[in-house]
Amino acid sequence: MLSFIGRSVIQKIVTLFFVSIVSFLIIHMAPGKPSQVDPLNPKFTPEMVERFRKEFHLDKPLYTQYFYFYHDLFTGKTVSWKDNQPVLAKIFERFLNSLPLFIVGTILTWTLSFPVGIRSALHRGGLYDRSATFFSYLFISIPGFFFAYILIIFVVNSFHVPVIGMETFGLESLSWQRMFMDRIWHLLIPSILGATGGIAVLSRYVRSQMLEVEGQDYVRTAKAKGLTAEQVHYKHALRNALLPFVTMFGLILPGLIGGSVIIESIFSWPGMGRMAYEAILARDYPIILTVNFISAVLVLGGTFVSDLLYMVVDPRIRL
Amino acid sequence: MLSVKDLKVYFQVDGGFSRAVDGVSFEIQDGETVCLVGESGCGKSVSALTIMGILPQPPGKIIGGTIFFKGQDLLLMKEEEMQKVRGNHIAMVFQEPMTSLNPVFTIGDQIEEAIRIHERIDEAEMRKRSIQALKDVGMPSPEQRINDYPHQLSGGQRQRVMIAMALACNPDLVIADEPTTALDVTVQAQILNLFKDLQQKRRMSLLYITHDLGVVAKIADQIYVMYAGIILEKGAARDIFYNPCHPYTRALLASLPSRSKRGSKLYSIPGSVPDPAHTPKGCPFHPRCSFALESCTSQFPGMSDWGNGHFSRCPVIYDKEAGKGGN
Ligand SMILES: Nc1ncnc2c1ncn2[C@@H]1O[C@H](COP(=O)(O)OP(=O)(O)OP(=O)(O)O)[C@@H](O)[C@H]1O
Ligand code: SF4
Ligand SMILES: [Mg+2]
Repeated sequence: MLSFIGRSVIQKIVTLFFVSIVSFLIIHMAPGKPSQVDPLNPKFTPEMVERFRKEFHLDKPLYTQYFYFYHDLFTGKTVSWKDNQPVLAKIFERFLNSLPLFIVGTILTWTLSFPVGIRSALHRGGLYDRSATFFSYLFISIPGFFFAYILIIFVVNSFHVPVIGMETFGLESLSWQRMFMDRIWHLLIPSILGATGGIAVLSRYVRSQMLEVEGQDYVRTAKAKGLTAEQVHYKHALRNALLPFVTMFGLILPGLIGGSVIIESIFSWPGMGRMAYEAILARDYPIILTVNFISAVLVLGGTFVSDLLYMVVDPRIRL
Repeated sequence: MLSVKDLKVYFQVDGGFSRAVDGVSFEIQDGETVCLVGESGCGKSVSALTIMGILPQPPGKIIGGTIFFKGQDLLLMKEEEMQKVRGNHIAMVFQEPMTSLNPVFTIGDQIEEAIRIHERIDEAEMRKRSIQALKDVGMPSPEQRINDYPHQLSGGQRQRVMIAMALACNPDLVIADEPTTALDVTVQAQILNLFKDLQQKRRMSLLYITHDLGVVAKIADQIYVMYAGIILEKGAARDIFYNPCHPYTRALLASLPSRSKRGSKLYSIPGSVPDPAHTPKGCPFHPRCSFALESCTSQFPGMSDWGNGHFSRCPVIYDKEAGKGGN
């Protein structure tokens, strides 16, 4: 067990190292240069560009730049090229904005997918199952931005509440209850939007997983013992059907960053996804690379957690 | 104790029905071992699952018949009543020991669960009972094994656990559906002997399902020979062995390896088992029968009585010396 953890951590650190190199190379090979971002801007005189290049070591060979970048990152000195603000502080601020969206979306996805999928499987071919199938495919195939606009129009027209951004401006004078409700409204719509796609996919997966397990011999054994249908389904079948989801659970973490670019853009939500997207457009390498590095850490951390969880829940995997 | 009458179970298949069980009747008395013998696909497992009330429906459908157990028709029982019968009065051991235990629970948990459903006893007592159950089926060092997960056991050991689980509530009837088919030959003999011992010690009734007539010789009191969803011959074990009347039974016996035939080529029945969706008209065995008459292709004869409860669904009288049949 301990040796597994040790091995796994070392393995993941090595992977992280390679990820850092590859992502650094990719960013630098991508077309466009930070110093050319806005050649039409009259403030960018050739001297300024030169000074800029010097200041950020862009005149040095790539491996030196790599070293400078990660040295700065680990000592917390990285700054954005755009506004000279410390990158980590900027990311943290955006992270705090993204967090509620992520938490509400994840909770909605994981709490709703399972009941929907399990019920579909247990009443396979029935009206409920067929409607669930229809809506799943509808939500999977409908483009996110299109669905978002329908949802926005619907909510704004029928409830007369503003939903764009994180809060409505100019409400500071109102009672805290009103401000709280305003926040909730702003949070709810993008979260629901983010969750529908997830629920549609995950509930399908839960359904197929449950159906497969229900056909296993040990479920038949459980019935032959004289267990009630509930005990058969929710103890013997479900326990096995849940195993693969433990792996997926570890992969939720990276969703913290990537999952929300479109939604954050549509709703003008000042979160991490949008910041990363804007940084890419602005060729703000420090932000892109830092976000990239953090996502890599989250992915590797997530797989590590799911490996550990798997060992806890599946007796066949013991090390 | 158990009396199955004219049981018919069909499966829905594309464009019609597959007659998996097509009018099967048999009886099991108290403390008796009854063997149901037949080739693969003749409907043995489907019959067993129907008795247990765990036939998957759909695709299966019980078309008709009765299954009387201690005076009550199991087919008319409500699901809640049936749950009290399952595991408690009738228990089953399955064909597939490797996959029939739940991989995420310890074998102790699974045996104790079987007891807990039907009896109220405290946990310490329960542990003792399940260790004893494992001991009874010859599991080595049961005190340690009880905390093992199924994947830590061999196929033979898993089947022992399945048997321990089936016997945990002292059922009146145990249905063993080819319990040794998936096991190594040496283990097969051990499990078979275990069934024989347990049946004698506990005086329980045993419905032993197999495709192997050689197995039957060791434990059967009564034998039912099944073919294409139908019983073709039934009788006391020695009558079936020493005086087989149905050409199918004789063919099955002839295809058994035996000491006297060692070295010679094994006989095998020509042709193959009919697809239950298209059973032949008349006697279902006629395409493979060496005694088949013209009439056999259109008429399926009824049971002929050979005395002493020995019946066969073929009127052909077998002449032992001549090795030929005649009417
Ligand atoms: N779930 C099912 N769906 C459709 N047909 C089935 C199903 N289960 C069984 N059958 C059909 O019923 C027939 C009898 O099957 P059954 O499992 O009872 O055979 P068996 O005598 O137990 O054979 P074996 O020795 O291989 O276990 C088979 O021909 C099979 O095609
Ligand atoms: S009825 Fe005819 S075909 Fe069937 S077993 Fe007897 S002789 Fe053969
Ligand atoms: Mg079978």
